[in-house]
Amino acid sequence: MRIGLPLLIRLVVFLALAIFLARPEWFASLLTPLTENGAPPVYVQSSLLSLTISHLLMVFAATIASTIVAVGLAILVTRESGREFLPLSRSLVNIGQTFPPVAVLALAVPMLGFGTWPTLIALFLYGLLPIFENTLTGLTTLPGPVMEAARGTGMTGWQRLIKVELPLAFPLILGGIRLSIVISLATATIGSTVAARTLGEVIIAGLQSNNLAFILQGGVVVAALAVLIYDSLLLAERIAARKSGLNRAP
Amino acid sequence: MIEIDAISKAYGDVTVVDNVSMTIEAGSITVIVGTSGSGKTTLLRMINRLVEPTSGSIRIDGEDNGAIAPHELRRRIGYAIQGHGLFPHRTVADNIATVPKLLGWPQDRIDARVEELLNLFQLDPASFGPRFPHELSGGQSQRVGVARALAAEPNLLLMDEPFGALDPVIRAKAQDDLLAIQKHFGTTIILVTHDMEEAFGLADRIAVMDGGRLLQYATPSEMLASPATDFVASLIGTAERPFRLLALNPVERAVEPGAAEGKPISADASQRDALAELLWSGRPALPVTGKDGAVAGRVTVDGLLKQARPA
Amino acid sequence: MRFGLNRIDRVGVVVALIAAYGLVAPFALFRANRIVQGEGRSLLSALPPSLGVILLAFSVIAIVMALLRLPLFVKLLTSLVMLAMLAFAIGSAAGFLTPEGNNYARVSPGSGFWLLGAAFALLATDCLARLRPPPWGRIAILTATVAAITFVLTSGLWDGLSIIKEYFSRADTFWLEAGRHVTLALGSLAVAAVVGIPLGILCHRVEPVRSAILNLLNIVQTIPSIALFGILIGPLSWVATNVPGAADLGIRGVGMAPAFVALFLYSLLPMVANTVGGLAGVPAEANDAARGVGMTDRQRLAQVELPLAFPVILTGIRIVLVQNIGLATIAALIGGGGFGVFVFQGLGQTAMDLVLLGAVPTVTMAFAAAVILDAIVELVAPANAGRKEATA
Repeated sequence: MRIGLPLLIRLVVFLALAIFLARPEWFASLLTPLTENGAPPVYVQSSLLSLTISHLLMVFAATIASTIVAVGLAILVTRESGREFLPLSRSLVNIGQTFPPVAVLALAVPMLGFGTWPTLIALFLYGLLPIFENTLTGLTTLPGPVMEAARGTGMTGWQRLIKVELPLAFPLILGGIRLSIVISLATATIGSTVAARTLGEVIIAGLQSNNLAFILQGGVVVAALAVLIYDSLLLAERIAARKSGLNRAP
Repeated sequence: MIEIDAISKAYGDVTVVDNVSMTIEAGSITVIVGTSGSGKTTLLRMINRLVEPTSGSIRIDGEDNGAIAPHELRRRIGYAIQGHGLFPHRTVADNIATVPKLLGWPQDRIDARVEELLNLFQLDPASFGPRFPHELSGGQSQRVGVARALAAEPNLLLMDEPFGALDPVIRAKAQDDLLAIQKHFGTTIILVTHDMEEAFGLADRIAVMDGGRLLQYATPSEMLASPATDFVASLIGTAERPFRLLALNPVERAVEPGAAEGKPISADASQRDALAELLWSGRPALPVTGKDGAVAGRVTVDGLLKQARPA
Repeated sequence: MRFGLNRIDRVGVVVALIAAYGLVAPFALFRANRIVQGEGRSLLSALPPSLGVILLAFSVIAIVMALLRLPLFVKLLTSLVMLAMLAFAIGSAAGFLTPEGNNYARVSPGSGFWLLGAAFALLATDCLARLRPPPWGRIAILTATVAAITFVLTSGLWDGLSIIKEYFSRADTFWLEAGRHVTLALGSLAVAAVVGIPLGILCHRVEPVRSAILNLLNIVQTIPSIALFGILIGPLSWVATNVPGAADLGIRGVGMAPAFVALFLYSLLPMVANTVGGLAGVPAEANDAARGVGMTDRQRLAQVELPLAFPVILTGIRIVLVQNIGLATIAALIGGGGFGVFVFQGLGQTAMDLVLLGAVPTVTMAFAAAVILDAIVELVAPANAGRKEATA
């Protein structure tokens, strides 16, 4: 199934987003009809660009941490010495994914207080799940003859992992990272309800002051970011899948 | 020389290889035959320690294989399997170079070796070297799989149903190639199959396994003449015996003096082919040509029938 | 030595470490009122002395049992007994720590309680994961657990706990919001199924439509929930003011309408994609045979394709339901109600008991929905049962 945006649309969306973030006031006249009683059409309490950067930094930091930990754990439970943890870790991921991201965020607050940290921790914890699950799938569904050949050619356990298992599982790992980032982008938006500096701030401000212009600009910026990132990661994943030579492209 | 000494493998209460001993001559082709679950693959995999034996030992050229670290042992032994197991993310050239790279060969030696092997397997290095496995046909993948197994110039090559996934025409070609390559390198080959035809076609000696035990270990003609058990006899197939025996020997040994009409047959063709030609063309005798192309005599139906029974 | 090490269960080591730390961490938190910081009370000081000693002793025994390689059902039983004891103990702690007649003081479970609970829940999960109970067994276990929790809640054992006090002070709104939450989650699922399955069949039959629709739905799915909820406010307010009668139907810019529509849109992708996937996975031989015996396209769809695709479609429903139960929480931000009301009010007032009052039922519902639907999926697809289990 062929999913992805045409290149032209990608470029247009990206340019529109970049211009809006850099010069939101140019769009003021466009947004004014959405406001009532002379409310400001463009969010000015904080620059949209800096909110976007803070939002993205938070998501990327959490995702990098999730990736390192999740891939590491998936490697551990698929080694001979960690096999005992495999059924448990599968169940935990299944259970974990039934937890709504909002609940994870809300439950992080009592432990960490308000601000960036509970959001980061929630993003990190929730981000582990798809990456772990996909890495596990990647490492446990490698073709039998290939693994047999890797052993048969005299690769050590470490060489098999680095030269065969991880490269072949890479497209699936990338898929996990993509899912994780998309979820994190959304969860970070809600993070502004616990005082994290993210684009959710604009939406929440709009909801509180009944300003449709704020809600829309926050919503559209987050949506455009999510779609652009999702789309480019999907592209990267397809290229990786083609390179790995295994036919399990998304 | 491979000396397998009272080797056994048990998983819990189930014994899959039961006290097998055999000695394999250097430079020979040994084929291990058996039904699925006979323990033949386990026996093979204990030689390069993909399976660790429960008891017994295996010596390769006098050296106990248990004394060598498994991965180092495997780098010295070629290993080719059914479905080839090529690494899908590496090119054909990189696949073949796997073991030489692990052994730390210099790059120019690796390149030369890869090119030599590709040529040997009739794959153009310039065209096939940079391809990925999914761009190959079944027969080509299989050849690359064997080339990879031979890359580090091993003295011993283990093959686990290497031709199992090929269609009959390509399979016959692959078998001929293997014989040619074995002659070229003088490699000792141990091959596992469930196909008796393949065993008789390739083997210097055949080992028949059933229920984990070695029933018979003999040359093909010995096995035809005196199968050790009823199971071995049934595996050979009673109706097939005379034809298998004829297939083992060249026309050369059945040549009689005299002349015959029609298209001649070469002295190194198999007696089975000669009989088939006689029956199909309805002639009583065929002229036989020697290596020099001159007629060396003739072969007759009656003469071949005498050859179709063990002496 | 080697023999000794082999007797140790590695998962048990993790369980034991968490539980051991749980024993020394504060078992309960005491707060003078609902929004101040809590002070921790250790296991022995939070419970009546005899009970504290008994719990401590049982915990130590359970930790040792977790470490050994014992039969799985023995370990499962151990973990369940421990969880029941913890449930009883935390209720007693509330009664023991709250001064007589004090209505402001709050007692809530401390990190020690959570760690002990997590440790033995982990042990139980590990046992269940290795035992692989059949679908009916899993539903039975879930039912028994729900019954046990209902019993504890109605018995008044936990009445002294802060989250229950929070519930009592807003019991009416709790059930109202629960109703809204369920309406949002199930209602949008129902509409998505009615629209999504036919759409999936269409996509399966008409190639060009497939990629267009799936592309579009994929993009919708990617949009963060709060953004989509917000974006929908605009069009819906326009509909409410410009379409006669729409406002009377309850369609408004804020409230349940945009939440419902957003959840519906999110639900469409899994519904359509799984219908397409299910139909595409129907073996070609089955379709050939159906054509061969002279079925019309319609008969083939109803008698062969849909029944064979049903387990996959059901998996789509499972994904949607679990996802919707979680996402419905966000509805509270745009006035749509649901358990999110308590979560966000709680966050606003820094009243964590209130946050929990919203979060715990949401998580429980999502979890129960996942268990039940997973079991049903497995029951309707007996042939795939083994494979499903292996990849789950």
